[in-house]
Amino acid sequence: MTLRTIVSSVFALLIVAALASPLLAAGSVPVPEPAKGKGEQCVADSQFMRKNHPSLLNHQRDDTLRQGIRGNEFSLKGCIACHAVQGADAKPVTYEDPKHFCRTCHTYVAVKLDCFECHASTPEKDRRAGDLPKEHPPTNAISTWRNPVSQNCQGG
Amino acid sequence: MSCGNNCGDNKSSRRSFLASMATGAAGATAGLTLAPGITLFSPAQARSKGEAASSKVRWGMLVDASKCDDGCTACVDACATENGWQGHGNPATDAQWIRKVKVTDPAKGTSQTLPMMCQHCEEPPCVDVCPTGASMKRADGIVLVDKHSCIGCRYCMMACPYQARSFVHESVTDQRTHAPRGKGTVESCTFCVHRVDEGRQPACVEACGGTKRGALVFGDLNDPDSEISGKVAQYPSQAIRSDLGLKPGVRYMGLDT
Repeated sequence: MTLRTIVSSVFALLIVAALASPLLAAGSVPVPEPAKGKGEQCVADSQFMRKNHPSLLNHQRDDTLRQGIRGNEFSLKGCIACHAVQGADAKPVTYEDPKHFCRTCHTYVAVKLDCFECHASTPEKDRRAGDLPKEHPPTNAISTWRNPVSQNCQGG
Repeated sequence: MSCGNNCGDNKSSRRSFLASMATGAAGATAGLTLAPGITLFSPAQARSKGEAASSKVRWGMLVDASKCDDGCTACVDACATENGWQGHGNPATDAQWIRKVKVTDPAKGTSQTLPMMCQHCEEPPCVDVCPTGASMKRADGIVLVDKHSCIGCRYCMMACPYQARSFVHESVTDQRTHAPRGKGTVESCTFCVHRVDEGRQPACVEACGGTKRGALVFGDLNDPDSEISGKVAQYPSQAIRSDLGLKPGVRYMGLDT
């Protein structure tokens, strides 16, 4: 084996190592371990839920909102109630917290979800004991807006 | 203010009332007799699990303006608490699912207040103009916004002759679980659909009853035995802007005009 062969082999090995290092580093990202929910088991098999929860939720939300079908098991409310993760203050963490059940996996797979733009990400019973605090009572309760009623009903 | 339309023939009304109680016990109308002649009506039995809303039911509300006092905002407050739409101190843009309006008769100089909210039209213009199908009417007549498809274009707000819809301008947190709401979508009175589906009254109706005024009656307009149908049949009532032919589910009586 000539010196040239040895040098080129070592060089080739170095190139391969340099190319492979990012791949090796990617493997070191820990696989998420979402917190276990309450109760014995989920409303369906865990593997089935992992794969199908988006379509189950989408399907049921349409049934509930558009047809008024209530009480079925694949509800976001149910997920939130069962999979609440306690924070340092012993209250369930919101989606802002990386430990939130949904966020654990969704951050890992880099899938953005916008459920919590409108839906609350923690169970209601843990957020408020009674009714809403009245920090901002509804303004303009007696309307001063132009309204069709007064125009229509005047002197009628 | 005089008793207006409420001083009708009490004997006949009472007779039909008792008759409706008797049929109500077996039929769809749920009534709880507190004392002879005093019955609490709930809108209907809750639907069973998995059962869809039916077009056999037509939810409606009857507002008795003669019982609605100036200065009372019990219905507005109850709605805000129930659905979590507290304002941000910006009256021009704050969400407002229900509001009190003052109507004045310039000839007589008298005025009345009455609650104004989504009228749950049978022919809702908001549904007609919605480009995404987000604005929708349920089989039982409740008009809703499917915020999953709402793009916040606000055409429905322009189409609504009652100015019943609001646009959410600010990010929202701490929503009520039964009333999701978020920035960039339009919203309005839902007739407290989450309560109605459980067989309960809307929050405003409950609150108005709590003040002993009882100006709001909610129920099934298709059920001849319901309290609302009885009152609509017995007393003159009107739809606001009935000239538009939208056939609202909310009707008003006792208007001093």
